[in-house]
Amino acid sequence: MSTAATAPGRRVSLKTQNRVRRTTTGIIARAILIAVSLLFLVPLYWMVITAMKTDEELADFPPSLLPQSWNWSIFGEAVNAFPFWLQFGNSLLVTVLGTVLAVLSSYVVAYGFACIDWPGRDKVFYLVLATIFIPFPVAIIPLFDLFAWLGWVNTLLPLIVPNALGSAFYIFLLRQFLLQASVEAMDAARVDGASEWRICWQVVFPTARGALIAVAIFAAVASWNDFLGPLIYLQDPSVQTLAIGLQSFSTETDTSFNQLMAASTLTVLPMVVLFIFFQRYFVKGLNVGGFR
Amino acid sequence: MTTTVTGLADPAELPGPAGGVRPGGRRRYTARQRRNLRLGLLFISPWILGFLVLVAYPLVYSLGISLFNHTGFRTPEWVGLGNYSRLVQDPLVAISSANTLFYAALAVPIGLVVAVVLALAMNRKVPEVGLYRTALYLPSLVPVFALSFIFIVFVNPSFGLLNQFLALFGVPETNLLGDPTSAKLIIVTMAQLGAGNAALIFLAGLNNIPDSLYEAATVDGAGTLRQFFSITLPLLSPSILFNLVTGVSGALQVFTQAYIVTGGGPNNGTLFYMFHLYNSAFSYAQLGYASALAVVLFGVGMVLALIIYGLSRRFVNYDVTG
Repeated sequence: MSTAATAPGRRVSLKTQNRVRRTTTGIIARAILIAVSLLFLVPLYWMVITAMKTDEELADFPPSLLPQSWNWSIFGEAVNAFPFWLQFGNSLLVTVLGTVLAVLSSYVVAYGFACIDWPGRDKVFYLVLATIFIPFPVAIIPLFDLFAWLGWVNTLLPLIVPNALGSAFYIFLLRQFLLQASVEAMDAARVDGASEWRICWQVVFPTARGALIAVAIFAAVASWNDFLGPLIYLQDPSVQTLAIGLQSFSTETDTSFNQLMAASTLTVLPMVVLFIFFQRYFVKGLNVGGFR
Repeated sequence: MTTTVTGLADPAELPGPAGGVRPGGRRRYTARQRRNLRLGLLFISPWILGFLVLVAYPLVYSLGISLFNHTGFRTPEWVGLGNYSRLVQDPLVAISSANTLFYAALAVPIGLVVAVVLALAMNRKVPEVGLYRTALYLPSLVPVFALSFIFIVFVNPSFGLLNQFLALFGVPETNLLGDPTSAKLIIVTMAQLGAGNAALIFLAGLNNIPDSLYEAATVDGAGTLRQFFSITLPLLSPSILFNLVTGVSGALQVFTQAYIVTGGGPNNGTLFYMFHLYNSAFSYAQLGYASALAVVLFGVGMVLALIIYGLSRRFVNYDVTG
């Protein structure tokens, strides 16, 4: 600081030094990113090309890095080898309903924690935070008994309904965002005599679009990818989701690897498309509050 | 709900009988506070119900049922602490705990380092950063069960890619899933593909560090390494804490990969604690015993979280102001 003021020459050298350092770290950063990105894409690449290989080519050693001919018909074969579309539909139903319920309920709760100033609010919020870290498996036996008692086992309800009770992590993310919501707009609406419920949906909700989409993506991916829940609650193939359908398909003796990989590719695809489509919001949503 | 005024001067808020002391000596609330309390509780009521049904009830129920021999078929039979003393002697508890510890001790620290490095690299803001972000996040979108199938194909000794790659370094063809240690290492490696998630959280934390701090440090002659340890790491500590706690919590629950890829084998080498719990409950229908396992898991999880929070008081820095 003082050096910079008294010795302009040093300041220039510092700047140059800084620029050189930035270029070097830039090159290193790029090298790391390219290397790790490729490494991370290898499993997905292997999934797709293994799917497209013929049975004969699969037996080749060493394995070819590209299929000799692209066997597109494998997707049709895989889809017909097990109740793919039925289970795809089940997954879709669970994911769409679960996501909508999780986002809306978490939003309402987050509004209660961020936009209404009630005594004891922050203490209760600590409890919400604490529950983020409770390992879910602790609850599997009691919840199984509860859902069995309700007659919900072998239905999709255990995978959908609990979402209506909010999720601690999504509440946390949305609260961080809502803390930055415009107090003026809310107070103006209150002066105009709007109810808190109306303010929640008509004043604040439209401004929270980015954070809501981010949470929706989290919730959709979690629902679509859930394995333990469907494994426990769904025994009947007609109600199973793709997670379990694929698992039982993979353990059938005549299942070929290319069919399994083709079915896996079709399972992964919707989430990849969703992410690429909404990536912008997703990254923004994560930036909210910087995870304090 | 009727109209409400919150956060504004409100006639009802003026000192007066409205804010009188309650008989029980409870805190006195103004009328506005009372109304806000009602409203606030109403808004968070889904969570309150969720807490009761999905957290409190399971905990109490697990605690209770862990004292019974409960199979789900016959009337539960009281065994007191029997399930717990059995748990201590169960060799599979020792093995699965050791496996889980092995997994956590490797997967969590490696995962944090990988994620921090990726976040720092992405933070250099090269023009095509969006491309890397997508590539790095893609495996996080792939369901663990699908990733498990890919890995089965991937490590297959006869047509997998991994053995071919290792052959380049003279490693003979081996079934990596045939050895308890290498099978665990495969599962640790699989976990690293999820680093994109933590990396994005770190990236968000990095974005919150004001550039002026680095500028000042540069002017003061602090080198890159010094800047990393004196500025970046301390100011990133809230994100590190978050990723550490979720990482540990996730490691305690590792299950799906082992269930699909190795089935717990070879020789119980990938029988993780959660897997043993699942088997006890749903394969052997020993719900009482499995509940005892769950209660212990909960206890361990909470103790670990408390230790991490305790330590975090020393190293986590919340002073950053953007």
